[in-house]
Amino acid sequence: MKIEIRNGRFIDPKHGIDRVTTLYIAAGKVAAIGAAPALWNANRTIDASGLVVCPGLIDISARLREPGFEYKATLESEMAAAVAGGVTSLACPPDTDPPLDEPGLVQMLKHRARSLNQAHVYPIGALTVGLKGEALTEMGELTDAGCVAFSQAEAPLVDTQVLYRALQYAATFGYRVWLRPQDPYIGRGGVAHDGEVATRLGLTAIPPSAETIALAMIFTLVRETGVPVHLCRLSTAEGVAMIRAARKDGLPVTCDVAVHHLHLCDVDIGWFDTQCHLVPPLRSTRDRAALRAGLADGTVDLVCSDHTPVDDDGKQVPFGESEPGATGLELLLPLTLKWAAEDAVALPAALARITSAPAAMLGLDAGHLAVGQSADVCIFDPNAHWLVEPRALKSQGKNTPFLGLEVPGRVRCTLVGGQVVYEA
Amino acid sequence: MLPDAEQTLNLLADRMRGAVAFDALFVGIHSGGAWLADRLAKLIPGDHPVGYIDVSFYRDDFRRTGLKPEVKRTELPFEVEGATIVLVDDVLNTGRSARAAINELFDYGRPGRIELAVLVDRGGRELPIEATYSGARLAVARDLSLVLSRGADGTLVLATEGPARDDMAGGSDA
Amino acid sequence: MRNPQLDAHGELTHLLTLEGLPADVIVRILDTAVPFTSIAERDVKKVPLLRGKAVFNLFFENSTRTRTTFEIAAKRLSADVINLNIGASSTTKGETLLDTVDNLCAMNADMFVVRHAQSGAPHLIAAHLNRTGRTHVHVVNAGDGRHAHPTQGLLDLFTIRHYKRDFRNLTVAIVGDVLHSRVARSLIHGLTTLGTPEVRAVGPQTLLPTALSALGVRVCNDMREGIKDCDVVVMLRLQNERMHGALLPSAGEFFKHYGLTPEKLAYAKPDAIVMHPGPMNRGVEIDSAVADSDRAVILPQVTFGIAVRMAVLSMLAGN
Repeated sequence: MKIEIRNGRFIDPKHGIDRVTTLYIAAGKVAAIGAAPALWNANRTIDASGLVVCPGLIDISARLREPGFEYKATLESEMAAAVAGGVTSLACPPDTDPPLDEPGLVQMLKHRARSLNQAHVYPIGALTVGLKGEALTEMGELTDAGCVAFSQAEAPLVDTQVLYRALQYAATFGYRVWLRPQDPYIGRGGVAHDGEVATRLGLTAIPPSAETIALAMIFTLVRETGVPVHLCRLSTAEGVAMIRAARKDGLPVTCDVAVHHLHLCDVDIGWFDTQCHLVPPLRSTRDRAALRAGLADGTVDLVCSDHTPVDDDGKQVPFGESEPGATGLELLLPLTLKWAAEDAVALPAALARITSAPAAMLGLDAGHLAVGQSADVCIFDPNAHWLVEPRALKSQGKNTPFLGLEVPGRVRCTLVGGQVVYEA
Repeated sequence: MLPDAEQTLNLLADRMRGAVAFDALFVGIHSGGAWLADRLAKLIPGDHPVGYIDVSFYRDDFRRTGLKPEVKRTELPFEVEGATIVLVDDVLNTGRSARAAINELFDYGRPGRIELAVLVDRGGRELPIEATYSGARLAVARDLSLVLSRGADGTLVLATEGPARDDMAGGSDA
Repeated sequence: MRNPQLDAHGELTHLLTLEGLPADVIVRILDTAVPFTSIAERDVKKVPLLRGKAVFNLFFENSTRTRTTFEIAAKRLSADVINLNIGASSTTKGETLLDTVDNLCAMNADMFVVRHAQSGAPHLIAAHLNRTGRTHVHVVNAGDGRHAHPTQGLLDLFTIRHYKRDFRNLTVAIVGDVLHSRVARSLIHGLTTLGTPEVRAVGPQTLLPTALSALGVRVCNDMREGIKDCDVVVMLRLQNERMHGALLPSAGEFFKHYGLTPEKLAYAKPDAIVMHPGPMNRGVEIDSAVADSDRAVILPQVTFGIAVRMAVLSMLAGN
């Protein structure tokens, strides 16, 4: 199959390319850019006039809800959502049921995902058995089975000795460790940011110190062990400042932000809108501004969707009993574009946050389109706006705070390994 | 041309004199009836303690119009049980206010006898209720409401307002 | 964002919180409650306003006291009252809150009086009714989590107005566990909406929410400073489970610092009134010498509470 994508604005952030040109794909790989290869004879030509052609997006946190939560979503529905959102590679956190703490589970997931022939799935293994924070998992076996990093997802790791050893052990073999910085005690039972909204609504609060205490503790361990750590889902201005300072000190830490947190804050909870029940909690406008600035200046390395399909049963309940999370795979691109437009970030720089930067975090040679590279491509119309509504979403999770809002950026075509897997 | 309220009040008092029991209790329906009850208690021979009633909680149009903004307090500073009561209202129209007032009186006890005194009877009855005493009979266009008001010096004045929003919500004549 | 308890004409269709209610609506409720206070003095303690209406007391959290006051209020309005203590029944069978509401609507409920341990539960029900077009069904919040207890707030306002007439020159202190108190939140919103120049929250830092000052409240940690020259002192109930542990070392130590004794009350104005939403913990938040004195208006609060709830129920039924 030879595919020719013509007249598109070709953006490859990693290689600094941004020009209208033609992309030639053959045998699943990028065959040439600009000038056709010798004896070129395309089976299919895609006219990308007025569209952006870029590397397929890479989302480092998307819950597929398998195994264990198939009533909320299935691999089929969520993989379809991924490519509809232009996502060609995704990493899924280990908080499935059972958690991804055994090689067999990981192999099964990889196998199921591969058979669907859509986006590439990279499981994140559980750092501790059952995510219980007590015993280390067989990280070597899990890596062989396909895990690209290890984390506790949202499960707390209370025992600092276990955490210390987990970091040392992972470092011994060069495994990546991802941690979501949140002290489990200070915001215990909390469902909202400790600010005016939580005070008004009488919601149990999570203070920003939940994040900063955990960051300080993790930084101490990183300093001591020299082990690199990736910090997931930053939520506070203080957290961003601490990471900026830590990096200046030369600590090997990286971090990400969930795309919702670039646009929403606690005020959006309004009168108990459970769509805005997210983890970490939506914080103040000041925190949101710091996250946006941090992403723009590179302190925050990348954006992820933190895709978490939640059904109506999880949301049509009182706020404190509701299930946190929002569907995000199909909103990652639009909400990143929205951020870029609002903060005057150039399109290539914005796309880097959802292509080359997450690829680096996963240790993948992906997220760029050099000749010879697997042809994972996203073609989108940056000027098309669409209404976020349940029927517009492929994901089985229809719940998102953005329901009813118009967002920019419509994916027109997604290719994985040179195959068209989505077209609209 | 509307009759003068003060003259009509004197006419009504003339008709009540000699007919009303010396110990009858006067109960005015807020607001117009309350002013009239105060005045009549002084004009009619005998000892006539005055009470006031606001029928808002007993109106039959509550479901259509809701509770009106200013509900006044019902004050009956006497024993209703066995008493002779003269209900006083400004305008008798459909009879619904009188019905509501009678119902409310019964929630305070069982009166021995209830009479109804009105300044103006404008007809248009929707219930089998008649005034025992009335100052005047008047024909007023159905879409106008007849309103009694009281000046700063206490002088009572009758006026038409309208067109009325509907028969029951308009004015105090329901 | 439209206030979910008002309809398009600004009329009250649900009573969920005092926050965001216009002052004229609050005043109208208080005014309407006045004539209802006399109904208890009659031979027949009933008016026919809500005859034939079905009021469901939907209590997901036990509270005999609040449920009883709503029951009396509804019965004095001649409504049919159905009491449901859901805590132990439906939810354990897997039925969701909204399933329960739908079921009761199918039984032709006209009004729900809702008590729930979770903040926002009555909002959820009201939003569900509005979304499904059942706008003739009304919701009254009888206390949700830490969020709001608007009828308690209204009866507190009614009591203050009864004794002090005007809010615009008052200093009101709310003392104790503000953090967990829906009563305090509702009273604060009511007082500030009606123009009370100084509302103070008095307690240890562990029992005061972080952003209290954003609600227009002056925060005082010292009791004497907090009630100095006050016209009204509102003591909050301290729940048993909070008397030990990390919030407070002991009930005794709380009483030492914040318990209202005659000696501490002397810092308030000589004619200051003392209120308490009940039930009182004597010797924990209030000394019996104060609770039983003529400064305490705790029993009138209960009486006014019924009139205020009658006013709320009848205004909602009429809108």
